[in-house]
Amino acid sequence: MPAKLSIAVPAKGRLKDAAAALFEQVGLALRKTGHERGYSGVMHKLDGVEVAFLSAAEIVHQLKIGRVHLGVTGEDLIRETLPDVEGSVEFLRPLGFGRADVVVAVPDCWIDVVRMADLEDVAAQFARQHGRRLRVATKYLNLTRRFFASAGVAGYRIVESVGATEGTPVAGTAELIVDITTTGTTLAANHLKLLEDGLILKSQAHLFAARGAEWNKGAIRLRDAILDRFAGAAA
Amino acid sequence: MAAESARKFEALEAQAATLLDVFRRGGYEQVAPSIIQPADIFLDQIGEAIRGRTYVFTDLTGEELCLRPDLTVPVSRLYLERHPRADVEARYCYNGPAFRFQQRGASQTHPREFRQAGIECFGVADRDNADAEVVLLAADAVRSAGLKEFRFRFGEIALFYSLLDALSLPERWWLKLRHYFWRPPAFHTLLSRLAKGESSDSDGPVAELAATLGAQDPSRAEELVANYLETNDLPLSGNRTLGEITERLLDHAADLRAEPLPREVATIIDYYLAVDASPREAIDRIATIGQGAGIDLGPALYVLSRRFDLLEEGGINVGSASFATEFGRDLEYYSGLVFQIEVGGDKASPIAGGGRYDGLLRSVGAPAEVPAVGSAVHTERLLASVGGLS
Repeated sequence: MPAKLSIAVPAKGRLKDAAAALFEQVGLALRKTGHERGYSGVMHKLDGVEVAFLSAAEIVHQLKIGRVHLGVTGEDLIRETLPDVEGSVEFLRPLGFGRADVVVAVPDCWIDVVRMADLEDVAAQFARQHGRRLRVATKYLNLTRRFFASAGVAGYRIVESVGATEGTPVAGTAELIVDITTTGTTLAANHLKLLEDGLILKSQAHLFAARGAEWNKGAIRLRDAILDRFAGAAA
Repeated sequence: MAAESARKFEALEAQAATLLDVFRRGGYEQVAPSIIQPADIFLDQIGEAIRGRTYVFTDLTGEELCLRPDLTVPVSRLYLERHPRADVEARYCYNGPAFRFQQRGASQTHPREFRQAGIECFGVADRDNADAEVVLLAADAVRSAGLKEFRFRFGEIALFYSLLDALSLPERWWLKLRHYFWRPPAFHTLLSRLAKGESSDSDGPVAELAATLGAQDPSRAEELVANYLETNDLPLSGNRTLGEITERLLDHAADLRAEPLPREVATIIDYYLAVDASPREAIDRIATIGQGAGIDLGPALYVLSRRFDLLEEGGINVGSASFATEFGRDLEYYSGLVFQIEVGGDKASPIAGGGRYDGLLRSVGAPAEVPAVGSAVHTERLLASVGGLS
C-alpha cells in the first residue's frame, strides 16, 4: 500500500500566505489539485501527501478528531479551543510566522492600574460604584478564564467579541480587553496599554501532529521526511 | 446523569414526591421556574467561574441564554415576577433538572444533568427562625426519603464581617478584606501584603503623583489627576470615572503614609479563618480569639448560638455537626448562615446544601434587600445514599 499522510494548512487569513511561502522555501511547495478555488492539493516533490486547505479554526478541529495527521495553525487557537492540549496534539515545530501575543489591555487613562493584582481591586470598586462586574471583551473565552483565575482575578465577566475588540472600551461595551497584538500599535491607537504581567501567551504558528490520527509506518515516514526538510532548511 | 433507565426514573420520581410532600406540608408552594434562563444574570451575579461550568448558548436573535446551573436564581426571579416590590413573604418548593459542565467528565456523583429539589423562603424578617425553619425542613426531607446517617456542616458569612467591623480597620482595608474574603487564594496574599506594608506599585511616576495627592482634598486631587492625564495624552475614556481613578490613587497614597496592618490583626484573621470544630466549640474558640484581641464579638456570637439552640430544639444533633469559618466562601451571594448535609464525611459531594442570601434579590431586580434563605437537595446523590440505585 502506498504511504499516505494528510496535512491541513490555512486556506485564508493572516497565516495562509506565510504558510505557503514557508513550504515553498523548504522545497515542499503546495499545489492545488482541480479547480484553483478548490480546497485540496498535494505537496510538490513528496508523493502521498494530501493537502487540505482549511480555515484556521477548522484545522484545530480536524487535528482534535485525528482526521488529519498534521496541521499548521496558531498556538493561540489550539490553547483556546482544545480542552486537553497535550493529549490531543504534539507540537512538532514552531514556524516563525503568525506571531501574536495574547494580552490583557486596559484604557491607558487607568494610571492606577499596572498589574493583574490591581484588576481585582478595580473590580471591587467598580462593583460598588456601578453595581456590576468589570466586562472583558475577547474572543479568547477559555484563555481569559484560565489566566484570570491563575492571577486571582474573579470580579469580571466576559463579553464575546469577534472583531474590533480594541474599540469596545471607548464604546463603553467593555472596560478592558483580552486580544492579540503583534506590535502594540493598534492598542496604542485605541488608547489601551498592556498590564506588566498581562501576557497570557506568546503565540506563533506551529506544525502540529494529531495524536488521534492513524499513524502507520507510511504516515510516520512521510512526517519524518517533512520534518527533515524543515531541519535541513533551518541548518 | 439523567435518568436513563425506566427503573431509575421511577425511583427518582417517587423520591421527589416524598421530598415535595414534606416541603408542601411545611407550608411551601410548589413552583416550576424556566429551565432556560438569561445567561446575564448568572454571569453577573455568580461570575465567570460559573461560565466554565454552565451550558451557555446564543439563540437565533443573538440573546445569550443558559441551561440553569441551579434553581436559586430562577426561583428568585419567579418571586420577583409575582411580587415586583418584593414586599411579601413567600415560601416556594421545587423539583427539576439543573445542568453543569463537569470538567473532569461527568460521573455518578458529579453528573452534568441532575435534579434538584429544594425550598426558598423570601421576605421573612425573623432571620433566626427562618434559618432554622429551612435547615430543619431540609433535614426532615432527606430523613423522609430514607437517609438515616448524616452530618451537618455549618458556616456563617456575617460573622466574618462582624470580626472586620470589630477590628476597626481603615475603610479602604475593610472594603478590600470584605471583597477578598470571596477570593480565598488571593486573600492570604493580600493579608500578608498589608501586614508587611508593601504597596502593589511603590515606584514610578504614578506613585509620585499619588504621593503629592495625599495632602489634597478629594476635589483638588481629581483636578490634579485630570491635569496629569491631559499633560500625558491619556484621554479619559470608558465607564470608569475620574473619581474612581483618583480614589484608588488616594488609597495608594494613604497606604504609603500609613503604618502597615498590625501583625496581630493579621494573625487574628488567620486564626479566625482556621476555626473548624463542632459548633459550640467553634463559638467558644472564636470568643477566645476575640477576647485575646480585645474585641467584643459577643452580640454576633449570641445570634449564632441562638440559631444552634433553635436547631437543637428542632431535633438536630448539633454536637455531631461541624462549623468551619472557611465554609461558604465559594459562592459570593451568601450573606449569613450556610450549611450542607454530608454522608460518610464526603465534603465534596454533599447530599444537600443551602444558606442565607439576603443580597441576591436586589441584584436581580428587587428595589431593596430582601431576606432570603433556601436549601437544595441533590436528588441523585440522595437516592444513591439510601440505596435506591444499584
